[in-house]
Amino acid sequence: MSDKVQTVEISVEALRAGDRGEFARLVEKYSAPIYRLALRIVNNDQDAEDVLQETFLKAYRSLPKFEGRSSLNTWLYRIAVNEALMLLRQRRPDSVSIDEEVEGEDSLLDAVQIVDWCCLPESELMDSEARKYLDIAIDRLPKNLQVVFILRDIEDLSIRETAETLGLTETAVKTRLLRARLHLRNQLSSYYGERMAEIKRQ
Amino acid sequence: MNKHTTCQNLLHSMSDYVDGVLDESICTDLERHLRECENCRVVLNTMKKTIEIYHTLPGADIPEEVRTRLYKKLELDDYLR
Repeated sequence: MSDKVQTVEISVEALRAGDRGEFARLVEKYSAPIYRLALRIVNNDQDAEDVLQETFLKAYRSLPKFEGRSSLNTWLYRIAVNEALMLLRQRRPDSVSIDEEVEGEDSLLDAVQIVDWCCLPESELMDSEARKYLDIAIDRLPKNLQVVFILRDIEDLSIRETAETLGLTETAVKTRLLRARLHLRNQLSSYYGERMAEIKRQ
Repeated sequence: MNKHTTCQNLLHSMSDYVDGVLDESICTDLERHLRECENCRVVLNTMKKTIEIYHTLPGADIPEEVRTRLYKKLELDDYLR
């Protein structure tokens, strides 16, 4: 679809009135980010597709009741996150809910890795092997931290929008974001630290 | 305040610091500590780099057949281009 259509604001009024063309524009605009988000959370192509479809089916059914208190994107993200987590709970009943409290204070400070890998060239930081590891690292995060990190640091939502999407307070989002970032930083420090050591050995 | 306590304080505030939402007075204290503590500088810089890497990581594109099935499911075939 052309850029022009993408940038024209979607009319909530038209959506609520059941305008199919407007709904198609909503789908066009948000299907890629919703698919990406779902894929990050469920980490499986078929499940991500199911989440994508369910999200827009639910959105379409709920549109007449959409009051516009939240923005369209956070509203859609919220439906998608709930769908993804519900699917994960069916697949892995032991997986955590995003409402679950974050772990105790102590673990935050455990074993902070001190390796300065910032100087590694882009070709090392972002090659195909590194990218695979980046995916693994994010998949290892507890879900309640992972979802916050994806929305805030990958999808670029603000703290307020992330809180709105997840039905959390901004303070809770900040706490989880800190933990997610520290967890990932630690994992990446181990990984890139090892790669730095390999380069030195060569 | 001993150094370890300050390192812990910095760790707790690091995310807010990176996002630029930390109180100015706390910022000043932390920046003073950062000038003196190499370990904290490493943690801060690698945290910033971690965020930057994930932020610039290209996300998966929606495959054309997934998009087509979505439009069919939503009975929006007429709008598919």
